[in-house]
Amino acid sequence: MPEPFVITRAVHGEIVVLALAGFLDAHTAPRFETAVQSEIDAGHHRLVVDATALSYISSAGLGVFMGFIEEVREAGGDIKIAALAPKVREVFNLLGFDAIFDLVDDVPAAVERFTATPSA
Amino acid sequence: MVPETSVRSLEQRFILKVPSSTRNLVMIREFVNRVAEQAWLSETERGQLELAVDEACSNVIEHAYGHDVQKEVTVRATFDDDAVRIAVVDQGAGFDPEAVDQEALETLIEQRKTGGLGMRLIRSLMDEVHYEIEPGRKNELTMVKRRQPPGVGPERGSGSDPES
Repeated sequence: MPEPFVITRAVHGEIVVLALAGFLDAHTAPRFETAVQSEIDAGHHRLVVDATALSYISSAGLGVFMGFIEEVREAGGDIKIAALAPKVREVFNLLGFDAIFDLVDDVPAAVERFTATPSA
Repeated sequence: MVPETSVRSLEQRFILKVPSSTRNLVMIREFVNRVAEQAWLSETERGQLELAVDEACSNVIEHAYGHDVQKEVTVRATFDDDAVRIAVVDQGAGFDPEAVDQEALETLIEQRKTGGLGMRLIRSLMDEVHYEIEPGRKNELTMVKRRQPPGVGPERGSGSDPES
């Protein structure tokens, strides 16, 4: 059986891109939570989540975004979410996450958004 | 997966029992998808059912059973011409459905909460949700997805369903 959930990390200057692949559910969400927490602990508050290869999300995955967004924004950063597949984006929309999170078409657009609005 | 055909309106019944571990959510979703396929639900509806059942089972595994793999989660699916009904059954602590978090998303975010979204997803994804809560004996959460009559146009669902 292939690995159901993989996180790949890349750095673009001050911006950290976490690319998610597979299923983000109650089983795999703790790994994503640990990954985001490590970035914050290391002082990285400008995060892009690349969801290109994310095929499934449940509320446990959305909970990770919800739990960290306030903290990174208070530190002058953000979590921008790029390239959500329509099925996954539908779940964000159902819970009203589209009004609160910056959902962008792709990673370059997300990176661009950070450079357009530099943190204080 | 054991199909049983009852006399009444050709209802088909499927049951999956798995140890209470989030590791088994993949198997649960696979089971729901297979049943939904047999029930001729659209791809969008299958996705909705899959997510709702995942949410219900995650709640049982994490809250009712506290990740105790000695416990068992039962997913019972039936469908007939009218609807697909999925019951998630446990013998755990149970919960008060009326007390489930109804706070605004903004409030949950301010409080840095990471949970409280599962039940609201289930309610928005399914046509009907019923509970029978007997803490420690049997808790049953039943979710109903009504089948659309054939010939309903592509405007139903999200509109992005390639099968409708």
